Amino acid sequence: MNALTLWFHRMGSPPTFYAFAERWRPWFLWSGLLLAVFALTWGLFFTPADYLQGESYRILYIHVPSAWMGQFVFAVMAVSGFVALVWRIKLAEIVSLASAPIGATFTAVALATGSLWGRPTWGTYWVWDARLTSTLILLFLYFGVIGLSRAIEDRRKAARAAALLAIVGLVNIPIIQYSVYWWNTLHQPSSVKLLRGDTTIDPSMLWPLLLMAVATKLYYAYSLLSRAQVMVLEQESGKDWVRRLAGAPAND
Amino acid sequence: MSLLVAPTALLQHDLTLAWRRRAEAVNPLLFALMVTALFPLALGPEANQLARIAGGVAWVTVLLANLLSLDVLFRGDLEDGSLDQWLVSGQSLPLLAGARLLAHWLATGLPLTLAAPLLASMLGLPEDAALTLLAALALGTPVVSMVGGTCAALTAAMPRAGILLALLVLPLMVPVLVFGAGAVEATLTGLSPLPALLWLASGLALALPLTPLACAAAIRISAQ
Repeated sequence: MNALTLWFHRMGSPPTFYAFAERWRPWFLWSGLLLAVFALTWGLFFTPADYLQGESYRILYIHVPSAWMGQFVFAVMAVSGFVALVWRIKLAEIVSLASAPIGATFTAVALATGSLWGRPTWGTYWVWDARLTSTLILLFLYFGVIGLSRAIEDRRKAARAAALLAIVGLVNIPIIQYSVYWWNTLHQPSSVKLLRGDTTIDPSMLWPLLLMAVATKLYYAYSLLSRAQVMVLEQESGKDWVRRLAGAPAND
Repeated sequence: MSLLVAPTALLQHDLTLAWRRRAEAVNPLLFALMVTALFPLALGPEANQLARIAGGVAWVTVLLANLLSLDVLFRGDLEDGSLDQWLVSGQSLPLLAGARLLAHWLATGLPLTLAAPLLASMLGLPEDAALTLLAALALGTPVVSMVGGTCAALTAAMPRAGILLALLVLPLMVPVLVFGAGAVEATLTGLSPLPALLWLASGLALALPLTPLACAAAIRISAQ
C-alpha cells in the first residue's frame, strides 16, 4: 500500500480524522484570512479603475471568486457523494453533507454582489439573463440537497439520498446552463480563460482575483473541516474517544 | 424474454390500477384546465397577449400537474412493503423502476400531452404552434416523468413531501421547459422549431438509459 492510499484509509477512522482536522483547521483559516485581506487591499486600492465601469467593477473581487466557489463546491459535493454511495465511506458522506450549506452561501453571495453590481452598470438589480438565472437555479439545487438531507432523520440515509440528488444535479448543471444560454444572454462572457490562453482581463486586475480565488478555497477548507468535526462528534457520540475528548471518564 | 416478465407484469398492474381509479387519474387534467382558465382571468381577455403566452402557460401547467401526481408514485408501495419485495425478488431493479416510470407517463404524461394543445388553443395559440406544442410535449413529458419519478423515489419515505418534491424536481426541469417553450416560440415567430425539438429528443435519449438506474438507486436508499 503506498503512502497516499494508506493516508486515505487512515482518514476513514473518525478519531484520526478529528485530530487531523483539529491540527489543520487554524492554518486554513488564518492563511485564508490573511490572503483575502492582502488580495482585497491590492484589488480595492492598488489596481487601476476600469475605463468603462469606473470604480464599481471592484466588487468583482468578491463576486467572481464566490461564483467560482458556488460551482466548485457543488462538484466537490457530488464527487464525494459518489464516493460515499459506491464505497460507503462515512467520511465522504460527511464531506458531501457539510459542503452543501457552504456552497449555497457562496452562491447566495455571488447573486447578492451580482445584483448590487448590476445596479450601476445595467441600471437594474435583477435581469432575467442567462448567467444570473443559471446561478439562481444552482442555488435552488443547493436548497433541494439541503432540504432533502434535513427532511430525513437517519443521518446516513439522509447523506446517501442527498448524495444521489447532488450527482443527478451535477449531470444536469451543464445541460441547465446550456439551455439557459440558448434562452437568453446579456451578461458579459467570462474574461478569465486561463486554459485557453485568451484571457481578456488586465494582469494588474487578474492577480488579486486569482489570490482571492485561492483565499476562498482555503476558507472553504476551514469551514468544511469545522462542520465535519461537529458531524463526526455527533455521529460518534458515546464512543470512548469522544468521551475522553469531552473530559468524561472512558467506559473501559 | 424472462428478463421482461416481471416489469411487464408490473406495468400491467399499474395500468390496471390507474384504469380502475379513473376519477383520480383525471385530476391532473382538471388541474391543468383550471390553471389555464386562471390566466385569462388574471391577465385580461386580450387575444394577442394570450396567444403570445399560451405555449409557455401550457408547459408550466403540464409541469405542475405532473408534480401533483408524482408525490404518491412510490409512497404506497414503500408503506405496504412492495418495494422491499422488489429488492429481494432478484429481478432487475432498474427495469422495474423503468416500468413504473413508463406507467406514470402513460397514465399522466400522455393524457396531458394530448390535452395541453387543446388548452393552449383555448388561449388562442395558432394551429401550427399547437402542433409543435404537441410534438414538444410528446418528447418532453417522458423526461418529466423519469426525472420527477427519481426524485419521488428519494422522498417516498416522507409522509408529506409536496413542497420539497417541487424544490427537487423543478430546477431539474428547466432545460425541458426552456426547449419545450422555445420550440413553440420559434413556430410563433416563423422560425423552425426543429433545433429545440432535437434538443428535447436528445434529452429523452439521455434520460432513457440513465434515469432507471438513478431511480433504482433512489429506491434502494429509501427502502432501507
